Amino acid sequence: MPIRNPEIECMPREQIRELQSERLVAQVARMYERVECFRNRMDAKGLKPSDIHGVEDLHLIPFSYKSDLRDYYPYGLFAEPLSNIVRVHASSGTTGKRIVVGYTQNDLEIWAECVARIMNGLGMDDASIVQVAYGYGLFTGGLGAHGGGEKIGATVIPISSGNTALQIQTMIDFGATVLCCTPSYAMYLGEEIERMGVKDQLKLEIGIFGAEPWSEDMRLKIEDALGIKAYDIYGLSEILGPGVSGECEHQCGMHVWEDHFIPEIIDPDTGEVLPIGATGELVFSTITKEGFPILRYRTRDICSLTDEKCACGRTHIRMRKPSGRTDDMLIIRGVNVFPSQIEEVLLKVSGDALTPNYQIVLDRVNNTDTFDVNVEMSESFFSDDIKSIEKLERTITEQLRSMLGISAKVHLVNPKSIVRSEGKAKRVIDNRKGKM
Amino acid sequence: MFTVRQLSVFLENKPGRLCAATDAIAKEGININALTLADTTEFGILRLIVDAPDRAAEILRDIGVVVRVTKVLAIAMNDAPGGAGDILHILAGAGLNIEYMYVCVGSVSGKPIMVVRTDDIESASDVLNKAGYKDVDPADIYRI
Repeated sequence: MPIRNPEIECMPREQIRELQSERLVAQVARMYERVECFRNRMDAKGLKPSDIHGVEDLHLIPFSYKSDLRDYYPYGLFAEPLSNIVRVHASSGTTGKRIVVGYTQNDLEIWAECVARIMNGLGMDDASIVQVAYGYGLFTGGLGAHGGGEKIGATVIPISSGNTALQIQTMIDFGATVLCCTPSYAMYLGEEIERMGVKDQLKLEIGIFGAEPWSEDMRLKIEDALGIKAYDIYGLSEILGPGVSGECEHQCGMHVWEDHFIPEIIDPDTGEVLPIGATGELVFSTITKEGFPILRYRTRDICSLTDEKCACGRTHIRMRKPSGRTDDMLIIRGVNVFPSQIEEVLLKVSGDALTPNYQIVLDRVNNTDTFDVNVEMSESFFSDDIKSIEKLERTITEQLRSMLGISAKVHLVNPKSIVRSEGKAKRVIDNRKGKM
Repeated sequence: MFTVRQLSVFLENKPGRLCAATDAIAKEGININALTLADTTEFGILRLIVDAPDRAAEILRDIGVVVRVTKVLAIAMNDAPGGAGDILHILAGAGLNIEYMYVCVGSVSGKPIMVVRTDDIESASDVLNKAGYKDVDPADIYRI
């Protein structure tokens, strides 16, 4: 398969390290001057930018966290004035407040370039017709894949997510050769296509899927259902969006574009850097980002890295699919959900009364996540008439939708019916494992 | 006032929830004088008139059931065709809305007891009094 930028993508590792060192030193100096949160953290550790000489000193730099984005909401971590920020994206924070990131024109170029490397590496080119069925909007999925597709000169169909019948009709009529969406939606499309008996009318060859966890087993099922090769792409808006890393044709881990991002694996409890190959929390430093640069960002994703040479010839380090999280974040229908967000809604609804006990139950039916929230009834909530209880149920449902952007089914249940272990209610029951 | 105290019990729509509640009060020797069950697809409300409402509420709370004691109207109606209709006409004529109603299992002085929940219990009580309906002593109902 072709390599878009062999000089960079196949750069000897020693040279990658030199490039990273140079860029890291410049980024530290720039951020120290421009980003208050970073400067305070460096000062607190008694560090000056001059103490950072290269990647060998990376471990000295303080970590940054998702909560920083909330604390400095909305623009407090930007390193460029808004006049240089050409776009913002946002995603859910751990509570009601969203987190916001900004991009300069140059950041968008780099983003598109990162996605383009992945796309070209999978054999896509200007003859490709790319159906982007990720959501467009504040979510980085849609516009991220879109930018990469345009960068390689492909024909992009910006259909966004949803409306399955229209998706399939478009795929057929427009002759889409590539599908970009979440793996669960790809699976769902595959089943619908089978049901409609239109698989032979498809021209699909490649699928690029991300934004939620999926297994090898699911990959095989999707490949079979859609008659394609399915590839994994990884990203998060705090670092870039989709395209921080992606698989090559060998499907053996996702190459992290190390000329822009430095990955580390750390022990989530001690913060100690672990040797390559070890499993721990993934941490990223952005060394070329201008608008929203961040160093040693704790992704909370658990995974491992390998620097073994890949059969494709690329030298950039590969990361395995994240196997879990160090926090309690859930990914439901591609959307990040924190149990604390549900708690916040219940707190608001209950007013002065005690916040009710709740439980999130997740499952996967017909390859779509089901999302149920059981809320224990209490005397302060209960009134004698059905209308007001139904109204309560509706209020919780609506507020959850507006907070999370996805719908949950709310059930009012008997008090103390949610199983507690050692006095603590189990907040999440995830029955999706083994069904992905 | 024609009021009597009623227990309203929240029930999840799951097998066994209803009998768990009735068993608990039966075990303590509390008798049910009237009972009705309203349900939706997701949950139900069991409404009960019992001879010891406060005790019963306590027992139900102890087994982890959400319960509320509410006031409802208890009206001794004429045991003849149109007996229920007479009451409904009086309430409707006064512009009162009925949320729900049910009938007790026995009668007091030969008159069946209708339990009615309206949006304004005091006005309902007044118009019924004016129409010649007499107060029912809650103690009589609990003796049923």
